[in-house]
Amino acid sequence: MNCREVEPLLGAYLDGELDLLHSLDIEAHLGRCELCAKSLEELRQTGFAVSAAPRYRASKQLRARLVHPASEQRRVFAPVNLRWAAVAAGFLLAAVTVWKFVPPPDQATGRMERSVVDNHVRSLLANHLLDVQSADRQTIQPWFSGKLDYAPEVEDISAHGFRLLGGRLDYLEGRPVAALVYQRAQHVVNVFVWPATGQPDRPAQAHSVEGYQVVGWRAKGMNWWAVSDLSPASLEEMPLCPCFMPPHPALQARNLRNIIRPASD
Amino acid sequence: MLPHLDSAHNLARWLVGNEQDAEDAVQDSYLRALTYFDSFHGEDGRAWLLAIVRHTCYAQLRKKVQHGLQHSEALAASLELEMVEDHSPDPEALALRNSSRIAIERALAQLPPEFREALVLREMEGMSYREIARITDVPVGTVMSRLARGRKRLQDMLTAKVRKETT
Ligand SMILES: [Zn+2]
Ligand SMILES: [Zn+2]
Repeated sequence: MNCREVEPLLGAYLDGELDLLHSLDIEAHLGRCELCAKSLEELRQTGFAVSAAPRYRASKQLRARLVHPASEQRRVFAPVNLRWAAVAAGFLLAAVTVWKFVPPPDQATGRMERSVVDNHVRSLLANHLLDVQSADRQTIQPWFSGKLDYAPEVEDISAHGFRLLGGRLDYLEGRPVAALVYQRAQHVVNVFVWPATGQPDRPAQAHSVEGYQVVGWRAKGMNWWAVSDLSPASLEEMPLCPCFMPPHPALQARNLRNIIRPASD
Repeated sequence: MLPHLDSAHNLARWLVGNEQDAEDAVQDSYLRALTYFDSFHGEDGRAWLLAIVRHTCYAQLRKKVQHGLQHSEALAASLELEMVEDHSPDPEALALRNSSRIAIERALAQLPPEFREALVLREMEGMSYREIARITDVPVGTVMSRLARGRKRLQDMLTAKVRKETT
């Protein structure tokens, strides 16, 4: 990477929002480029500066106003305090309800979903979405077999509204994996594929992680993970694997589980 | 039992620039949140609330701009009033870190609101790019570039200030 490529990513690097590959590239560059190292230090100082500006906390008066609104409002929003309790509980309940009805992913799956979302976000952030750009699967598949010890099956699903953009090398579980990139409307879908050595097939499981939809399954000896900010219903229409047709029951009514921060105030 | 009130208030205060308007915006937002709570479907509660607060603040600002009040000027002016002479010795004049608190506050207030809100959410509320994207309703990549540009401008303002002070 040269200075021009490094400069716009320094902030994301400092914020810990960059993928491992770019972080390593940037670290290598910082080691030999005083200019960029200086820029980074300035960014860091700017961050310190901003966090020295006041964080305005809510006053007691505001709290009181919200809990005991003016008298004419009181008639309308009678037990406001109770209603807030309900909202706060609602945030929790949403988590609890889902906890109950949707089996939470086991720890390993949860971790994997998170990595998949991280990789997805980073692929969009660092402008490193595609290593090979082609709508032709005959081009993409051989490209991968030159880089990996396996060649993922690349499907043409443009008839279903998913345009193939190309592919990319990515890292998951400490190994290089193939990322197939599709686009539907304005939304990018990353599909990660790598061999599932000796593990049994597994039906699709969908979860929503911080607003992204993640679907994972195991079929044809491969691990598959699809991720996008598409609605669950639209991602469900992605006919990549047999369990998508008909829609897998696991995919229905499934926009709930998420990271809820319990009300702390 | 008022969830995320400090975060909501801090964002509002930095967006609208004074305590009175900030409290009004927060009160509006929380009443709105109560009304629309049914439409909340278990996503990140803090992001949901802050998105409402932000929306309310922008509506308030738009109204003000229509009344001919340029927001960031007003905000900077109000800070000028509160500004006390700041003679703290500043040996490493160029070190941004030592910029006076007042200078930082003013610089931040002068940033365009989309840069300011990104910086406030990132540096003061410690939010991830994803959360900021959700609250401000833009793609993550936009958050990254807004933060980068916001920091750059802030730096320029602060170092220019320091240079002026030392000459
Ligand atoms: Zn450089
Ligand atoms: Zn399947």
